[in-house]
Amino acid sequence: MPALRDRLTVSVAAATGAFMVVQYFVNAAWSDGVYRTLLDWMQIIFAASLVVGVISVLRNHLSRAISKPQERWYSLILIVSALAMSLLGFAFGAGRGSSFLWAFDHLQAPMQSTVFSLLAFYIASAAFRGFRARSGESAILLAAAFIVLVARVPLGESLSGHASSAADWIVNVPALAAKRAMLIGIGLGMVATALKVIAGVERTYMGRR
Amino acid sequence: MTCSLCRRFSISAWLIVLGLAANPSSAWADGGPSTQTRWFNPERTPELVATLVVVLAMIGAAIWTERRGLPHIRRLAPLEAIDDAVGAATEQGTPLLFTTGWGGDMGRPTTMAAMTVLSHVAGRAAEHNCPLVFPSHDPVVASVAEDTIRQAAARAGRPDWAHTAEARFVSQSQFGYAAAVDGLIARQRPGAVFLLGSFEGEALVLAEAAHQSGTRTISGTDSTIQLSFFLVACDYTLIGEELFIAADVLSGGRAAVAVRALDWLKYLILLLLVAGVLLLVTTGRDLGPFLAR
Repeated sequence: MPALRDRLTVSVAAATGAFMVVQYFVNAAWSDGVYRTLLDWMQIIFAASLVVGVISVLRNHLSRAISKPQERWYSLILIVSALAMSLLGFAFGAGRGSSFLWAFDHLQAPMQSTVFSLLAFYIASAAFRGFRARSGESAILLAAAFIVLVARVPLGESLSGHASSAADWIVNVPALAAKRAMLIGIGLGMVATALKVIAGVERTYMGRR
Repeated sequence: MTCSLCRRFSISAWLIVLGLAANPSSAWADGGPSTQTRWFNPERTPELVATLVVVLAMIGAAIWTERRGLPHIRRLAPLEAIDDAVGAATEQGTPLLFTTGWGGDMGRPTTMAAMTVLSHVAGRAAEHNCPLVFPSHDPVVASVAEDTIRQAAARAGRPDWAHTAEARFVSQSQFGYAAAVDGLIARQRPGAVFLLGSFEGEALVLAEAAHQSGTRTISGTDSTIQLSFFLVACDYTLIGEELFIAADVLSGGRAAVAVRALDWLKYLILLLLVAGVLLLVTTGRDLGPFLAR
């Protein structure tokens, strides 16, 4: 039975993958309709999976609150917050001026911004470690980074008129060439993986190897 | 082995070609209905040629592998480091943390490649009885990871270990997810952190949190912007396509055929680049606009 289920899953993935390739090259009404229907199904499946995910999060944290005293308060805060937001949304709506929107704007958004703002400190500490001239290559990296950083602030322009053009050259020539080489490899890797899914060789999407 | 692989790729190619050929004559042109018979969108000829070239390369690589065996693949340091990382975490009595980033769902090839690496890591963790935590931003990815871990534990002969591993959905929000993973790293102090998949703005937050907790970090992503952060903040990094190669190497057998095909395609691109430069220098004709059409 599991073998039959695997074959069915691989067949559906292969047929859908091949259809997606074909519909990209044709302009027929039928393929456009099927494509749109498949996209709708994806949205429906994602919405259903989100409900399952939220239930799983609540169950997971409930069991943690009971069995792991050291993490109890974190789990309780999460459960209370999730239930409170749901209650606010369902009871009073999520429109303009609602309590739900107030809680989102004044609690959730600032918390997300706080985590985002940590990036500034992390960039500084990562740059401190990354820009050490331990070898010839890292010395070149340090010199290139120094030129680009200096040229991007008013001080660089006041020191030398060529700073900006040197920085532009570093970003647009050697850095872009390296980036494009990586992008070519990544693109080919992605296409090869997609073809392996269509051919039924790649099965990791269903937990198989 | 590879004969069936040639057949599979050939069937895929035929599916695509038959799909194009069997398309009914009623057509849409420029977004609206038209009475004109036009089954193929000529604007997408370059993409079609590229797709067929890739398919042909895959079939050719499968035939070549059938005759001459699997290609030699150089050792990838991050892959070599996985066993050491699992061993070190086991000795320290700390768990492993594996996450695929906020940027990709299960339909993204990068996430699929990361799942293959997860399967390998979970197998090793099961052998050493080392706990594994997999936080995710996507319930579908978490569910596939759970299945992957279960399968890996069964292959390692330790099906019971799968119950100790945790694959869970944490939050769909980007920085909610980052905060949740950061919290896990700070509280559980994992012995090794694996950041493999599609990462966005959360990449450096996670990598630095792992570094500051003194954890060994193995990373890999398809995002060229986040790669620079991983390169400075992580101990080992799979750069771009190396993540796909690593997945092929770990899958072994049939999946490794893609490595040879990728090499051929890169030679072809190199040839086009050289031809383009020569053409531009000698005749003044630019291949760029034609290829970028």
